[in-house]
Amino acid sequence: MDYIKIVSIIAAALAVSFGAIGPALAEGRAVAAAMDAIARQPEAAGTLSRTLFVGLAMIETMAIYCLVIALLLLFANPYTL
Amino acid sequence: MNDSPLSVQVAFHIGPVPVTTIVVTTWFVMAGLTLAAVLLTRRLRFVAGSVQTVLELIVITVDAQIEGTMQRDPAPYRVLVGTLFLFILAANWTSLVPHIEPPTAHLETDAALAFVVFVATIYHGIRVNGPLGYLKTFAEPSWVMIPLNLIEQITRTFSLMVRLFGNVMSGVFVIGIVLSLAGLLVPIPLMALDLLTGAVQAYIFAVLATVFIGAAVGEGNGAARLPESGKDIRKETD
Repeated sequence: MDYIKIVSIIAAALAVSFGAIGPALAEGRAVAAAMDAIARQPEAAGTLSRTLFVGLAMIETMAIYCLVIALLLLFANPYTL
Repeated sequence: MNDSPLSVQVAFHIGPVPVTTIVVTTWFVMAGLTLAAVLLTRRLRFVAGSVQTVLELIVITVDAQIEGTMQRDPAPYRVLVGTLFLFILAANWTSLVPHIEPPTAHLETDAALAFVVFVATIYHGIRVNGPLGYLKTFAEPSWVMIPLNLIEQITRTFSLMVRLFGNVMSGVFVIGIVLSLAGLLVPIPLMALDLLTGAVQAYIFAVLATVFIGAAVGEGNGAARLPESGKDIRKETD
């Protein structure tokens, strides 16, 4: 097996695994803060959850970028041709 | 399912133009939505029946979301945002039909949708603020931010595309992998999760489109929502 392929697979696994840590922590903090806010002020739940969803989508983008990098390495790697 | 998620399958050719399977699926989704909209709105009455009540509920919900996000009259944005939401929802849920991949699980459809949002942002920004006024919003809060604001236009369109692609594609991909490992009935909980993801992603895409258009249009100057103004007739004071 070509060493470029081996390196690509390892790099894809690293990208997804380490790329998931930061967004996971960040999403946990965001949801915890939103829960806190909803518990204090249940009547603002609508606005809070909409803002939360948008924020979570923004945070999640980072993880998705890592996923895309991993997919590029695995399926569209320009160096393995 | 063993194919790369970045490749597409060609279904047939029209002359020299290859037509991929996801385009055919898109056509079916479009035809279904259009047909449903035409048939269901043919006999609208003042006193709504059950079907019309459901339709009105959808429109009111979309309106409330737009108004809550933009603090403006939702009328000019209702069509675009509502259509985006319903189309992406329908496209995501086509994964329930056997042998059909959702069109949003491929980069091309998502790129087209994100491009629509990109153009709509510019269009609404110019429509409300005028060409010069829209260009001036790039120099907010100071002219130092101009390159950053320009880059932001590109990156957020890109992230809009990649987010939808990544979420829907990964759902389909995981189901394919689990199906090949475990077989029948095991992927059903994952498919249920996929339905939830599809709905949430459609919602997020629509809300982000609203947020981007709202940012281009600027603050709701004077057209801000009045409390308990659901029944009032409002006019946009642009």
